[in-house]
Amino acid sequence: MSVYISGVGLCAPGLPDWPTGRAVLAGLQPYSRDAAPRFDRVHLPRNEARRATLTVRLALQAADEALATAGLDAGCCAAVFACAGGNTEALDALCQALIQPERALSPGQFNHSTHNAPLGYWSIASGSMRPAVSVGAFDASFAAGLLEAFGLARLENRPVLLVAYDTPPPPALQPFRAVAVAFGLALLLTPDPRPGSIARLRNLRIRSGAAEPLPAGELERLRLANPAARGLPLLRRLARDRAGAVALPYLPDSRLELEVEPC
Amino acid sequence: MAIQPLAITACTATNALGRGLSASLAALRRGESGLRPCDFEDAALATWIGRVAGLEDEPLRDEFAAFDCRNNRLARLGLEQDGFAAAVAAARARYGADRIGVFVGTSTSGIGATEQAYRQRDPITGALPASFDYRHTHNVFSVADFTRRWLELAGVAWAISTACSSSAKAFASAWRQMKAGFCDAAVVGGVDSLCLTTLYGFNALGLASPQPCRPWDRERDGLSVGEAAGFALLEWAEPEDGRVRLLGYGESSDAYHMTAAHPEGAGAALAMRQALERADIAPGQVDYINLHGTATPSNDAAEDRAVLRVFGAATPCSSTKGWTGHTLGAAGITEAVFVSLCLEHGLIPGTLNTRQRDPELGVGVVLENRERPLRLALSNSFGFGGTNCSLLLGRGGA
Repeated sequence: MSVYISGVGLCAPGLPDWPTGRAVLAGLQPYSRDAAPRFDRVHLPRNEARRATLTVRLALQAADEALATAGLDAGCCAAVFACAGGNTEALDALCQALIQPERALSPGQFNHSTHNAPLGYWSIASGSMRPAVSVGAFDASFAAGLLEAFGLARLENRPVLLVAYDTPPPPALQPFRAVAVAFGLALLLTPDPRPGSIARLRNLRIRSGAAEPLPAGELERLRLANPAARGLPLLRRLARDRAGAVALPYLPDSRLELEVEPC
Repeated sequence: MAIQPLAITACTATNALGRGLSASLAALRRGESGLRPCDFEDAALATWIGRVAGLEDEPLRDEFAAFDCRNNRLARLGLEQDGFAAAVAAARARYGADRIGVFVGTSTSGIGATEQAYRQRDPITGALPASFDYRHTHNVFSVADFTRRWLELAGVAWAISTACSSSAKAFASAWRQMKAGFCDAAVVGGVDSLCLTTLYGFNALGLASPQPCRPWDRERDGLSVGEAAGFALLEWAEPEDGRVRLLGYGESSDAYHMTAAHPEGAGAALAMRQALERADIAPGQVDYINLHGTATPSNDAAEDRAVLRVFGAATPCSSTKGWTGHTLGAAGITEAVFVSLCLEHGLIPGTLNTRQRDPELGVGVVLENRERPLRLALSNSFGFGGTNCSLLLGRGGA
């Protein structure tokens, strides 16, 4: 069984979009972490736009780029949103409010605290009524999301938008959770090749052993700074446009191996 | 053509009705609610809750001490009932630990641990206590990680967190992962526990009823928050093995509003139709529908329209939220297990606390328990963010 990558989206420091990311990961352009992520693709109805947190905007920016490059109608896509920490700003706001004497929670913050809030926003913005799931597996969240998206694309035979994203925790939680930067990554998986398909993924399997790091340097530090960035070795393989295997970190002592073949 | 069915070869439920299947079945039969006036921590709220007794006194110890929080205590309690862990151990011997997947639904996981840590902040620096363990308590994966370690499994695993449809969707994820060959069997489950976030959150939304919830009642005025753990072991069904089977599932999104259900229930209807199509079953063949039925005025109205559109008014329906409260991310598994009990024991539960059907609503809501053989039943779970999931379960050559 295989799926095709037919679109890529990025939203991260130094990797503001896939064309930049592709050049950097192919070694054609130096990585500069000073280039801030952009949010120019976040299109929401006014009410939703007013309330959207960084976590929501990060996911939507990456999602929109992946869909736009594929030229596919979002309404036909299923979606898998993979995130380790959820909507961290809303969670912090709730816990702060609960230590005040009146415990007056804002209804909006409560809505936003659900793990699937970014997915809900995407579904409203895209109009897609297709199956959509929000998953988390701590630092293995990217690989878990890829497995879930692969299953959906293959067995329900439809395009699936995989979005992996995480934001740094609020200040109080930072000593307890190391996510140093915001990072969003989206892949559009299709069961069949399309005109813009980039690569075919096949032979996914879980094996024991550690995943392969990137070459030492800023990109490897970025990979370790956010669970979604654990997908960078796959993007590097796509950027280099050469067939080969990728090993992504999964649960402790295991890895997700897959073969990548350029289209 | 129907999809390959999955057999539920073991299952368990722990909720406000008690620990294990027999407590739930006995309370369902006797019409005894598990709801009580809110007595959770120091929450000063005029609402009713479905609390699991004794969690405060049963901490996780030794190698699981890092996971200690209300949500994982509830998970442990659930896994200890009905010989579930022993059934999984037998499956582990058959398939291998790395060939059994774990898919656990939760909405708030162990957020209660973070609530407590914020209360214990250093008054000067604002620092949380050093003993706080975010990864093993609050993080959404914590309860799935705890489950796989408790059951000594090493296959694919993740948490599914789509609010109140989470643990229904775990069945769909498990089916796909098994069919794709990433695992040969799966433990699916859902665990959500009481916390101030959900109690005060639903209160802020004006959705927490001051009385025990009354689904489909003309005077319904909101939900009762509950807590629960439920698990099921799924294996490919053998022909005619007499076990309850997952015959179909349907998932959809409303694409409408973050908290309000689509007024016509368009997404909900889509999920129900897909579940029927996957099972190759006509609506008229279904003997019973376990409604999501939270008892908020608008959610029941939207679900009513969706069920009417797909099934008409003849199919017997009920909501069991009056027994357990709304157990959020655990509602899908709790009600799938209830449906499984109903199929095995020939029971259509009534709708507890509901006295007078809302004349504006049209589906065939059953108020009193009925005993009759059942072959096919549907369970609905819908959540915030417009996420919908329906499961079609059957027994006996279906």
